[in-house]
Amino acid sequence: MNELAITVIGRDRPGIVADVAEVLARLGANLTDSTMTRLRGHFAMTLICVGPAAADVEAALAPLAGDGQLLATVRAVTPDGESSRTGEPYVMAVHGADRMGIVAAMTRVLADAGGNVTDLSTRLAGSLYVVVAEVDLPPGTAEKVAARLASTAADLGVDVTLRPADPDVL
Amino acid sequence: MNGEDYAGLGDWTPEDLGVPGEVRPVVSAPATVLSRPGGEVDPTAEETVRLAADLVATMRVSPGCVGLAAPQIGVGAQVFAVDVTGHPKAATVHGTFVLCNATVVEASRWKVGREGCMSVPDLTGDVKRAGRLVVEGALPGTGKVVRLVTDAFEARALQHEIDHCAGLLFLDRVAGAHAIYQRKVYL
Repeated sequence: MNELAITVIGRDRPGIVADVAEVLARLGANLTDSTMTRLRGHFAMTLICVGPAAADVEAALAPLAGDGQLLATVRAVTPDGESSRTGEPYVMAVHGADRMGIVAAMTRVLADAGGNVTDLSTRLAGSLYVVVAEVDLPPGTAEKVAARLASTAADLGVDVTLRPADPDVL
Repeated sequence: MNGEDYAGLGDWTPEDLGVPGEVRPVVSAPATVLSRPGGEVDPTAEETVRLAADLVATMRVSPGCVGLAAPQIGVGAQVFAVDVTGHPKAATVHGTFVLCNATVVEASRWKVGREGCMSVPDLTGDVKRAGRLVVEGALPGTGKVVRLVTDAFEARALQHEIDHCAGLLFLDRVAGAHAIYQRKVYL
């Protein structure tokens, strides 16, 4: 079974999801994990699906990209085995005046500590820049990481908090 | 232990401040005053009473505003006004009140809910807050220390304002990477 990583991005309009999903359904591609969201007027889809060959999907999506408004990419990926999370889940929130390099500097601190970002979103609202990242940290490192984040944030003139992610399971 | 055991607001109203409040401009993030812990105040000081009146006046002219803290009008101090009267998510309602140097004494029944902020006008976020809360603080003017027992939306508003006084925004407490929402849509 082929596993494919597909991205579609383009100027937002009604029907992008339906158009892409129809093509995939027609080819028998089973959509597994995906995120689809609007980013400042552009609609972005990132998805993993299993089924047909990459070339077939690429060819089937080509007509959608024909007007130059949508860009689609398809590539075959190696399926990953399930691995259990060993880190401790934390949420890092950063906010402050927009400037170059906030995400780069803050995520470098996480990476250097062995932290693995599992989800991240950013928002620019006026001059306010907000980053929220979910990160798995090696057990017992959170305090040190928080101190390093605070120091990097101070250099950037932004604020940061690192809190344990909500562990409730209902 | 229940609400009756505490010295509540009594018959305090903003009119007890005895000074007319001035409507002040509201500060938006990013701004240093919103990110630094506010200082403790003398609740009986004339400037604190004036600040309290200004907070009430500014809150009242701001549509949909259920609470306003001193840092939001540019003053790094632990003073805030709250009024959730008539809000559909409110249960216990204490009307309009101002507290100085307020602290959370007890917090329980945590629940995630959506909230916004006049100082972050373009975003809202999902934040976990206690649905039942005991808060202690001093009334401006008399300086009398009161304990408020509250719940639901008034509890959320109090935690939001106490956070402001500690230099925190709701953005510092959002539940996850997809818990922030844009009010405006950019097309």
